[in-house]
Amino acid sequence: MGVGKSPVFDPQIDPVTRRRYEQGARLLGKGVQDKGFLLAKRDELFAWARTGSMWPLTFGLACCGIEMIHAYMSRYDLDRFGMMPRSSPRQADVMIVAGTVTNKMAPALRRLYDQMPEPRWVISMGSCANGGGYYYYSYSVLRGCDRVIPVDVYVPGCPPSAEALVYGLLQLHRKIRAQEQSSWLDRQGAS
Amino acid sequence: MMDVVRTVLQEANIKYLSCGAGVLHVDGAALFEALQLLRDHPQTDFTQMMDLCGVDYPSRRPRFDVVYQLLSLRFNTRLTVVVSVEEEIAVPSITKLYPCAAWFERECYDMFGLVFEGHEDLRRILTDYDFEGFPLRRDFPLSGFTQVRYDDLTRQVIKEPVSLDQDYRAFEAQSPWRGVAAVQKRGAS
Repeated sequence: MGVGKSPVFDPQIDPVTRRRYEQGARLLGKGVQDKGFLLAKRDELFAWARTGSMWPLTFGLACCGIEMIHAYMSRYDLDRFGMMPRSSPRQADVMIVAGTVTNKMAPALRRLYDQMPEPRWVISMGSCANGGGYYYYSYSVLRGCDRVIPVDVYVPGCPPSAEALVYGLLQLHRKIRAQEQSSWLDRQGAS
Repeated sequence: MMDVVRTVLQEANIKYLSCGAGVLHVDGAALFEALQLLRDHPQTDFTQMMDLCGVDYPSRRPRFDVVYQLLSLRFNTRLTVVVSVEEEIAVPSITKLYPCAAWFERECYDMFGLVFEGHEDLRRILTDYDFEGFPLRRDFPLSGFTQVRYDDLTRQVIKEPVSLDQDYRAFEAQSPWRGVAAVQKRGAS
């Protein structure tokens, strides 16, 4: 996996970028040893920090929640990505809405989202959370959790497998890296 | 067992409408005494109430049934007790006999709008806090009347009249196999 070599973990990284990262890591190490401080690009450093330990808010609502638990367990082991489920929204970075959101649950969902500190992300997991799914015509089910909170990544499936959720998380990592770069570029353009 | 039930009820002089094939049909007025007798009598001993539910027959008078599923552990027997009731008429609550009936009766009230007289805390239990209507009645529309969304201006989750982006779909499948054949035929033509 090359975690020790490259500062940014990405399984899909291309060889050129990897070499650049490794070179950068060597230089960084040298800087720390010789000068006692190091220089890094702000966006890459922030992206590395933000994707390195995304603490998810446990929001298992139905059978998707079971599949989310599988993703935490030893076979797929989200601890590898520094993910530890938090039961308090104050300590969470990402909310995984896993399951059917009912109308009765919608205000609570919004309140928990509002209580999460910035920056925050939302993964919508499964057909029901994505757009109502099986319960689209129901009188009691919210037709997609994006009617209540903004969603970053939609994971399809009924329920999605644990692998699919892990893939969705990696997609979210990519998105965060892209966001950091674009926000840094925006700032350069603005000043 | 049904003979025993019949005898026990007749000895106690409790009227019932019909009794046979595991189903006892009683009038609402006699429900409480009948269930109390069946629970306490040593020959029946129906100590557990497993389930309580409502049934809606829109074209029938009286319109609703309330169905109680009893279990006698000693005799390993089950008994279904049915009460027919009209919409406005209250059903006697049996929470004094079976405390577990409290939430069942709340559910039945929530879903069918049947009132249980003597229930201490008859609120909705499953649906949203200010929900209107009774979802399991046959005349309740499938998608209900309201839907919710977050409103950015008022910064809270608000209710709106229901509007479906996708229409209802009509499935032709009367049986799974026939349905597939119909779709295949339509695809070929």
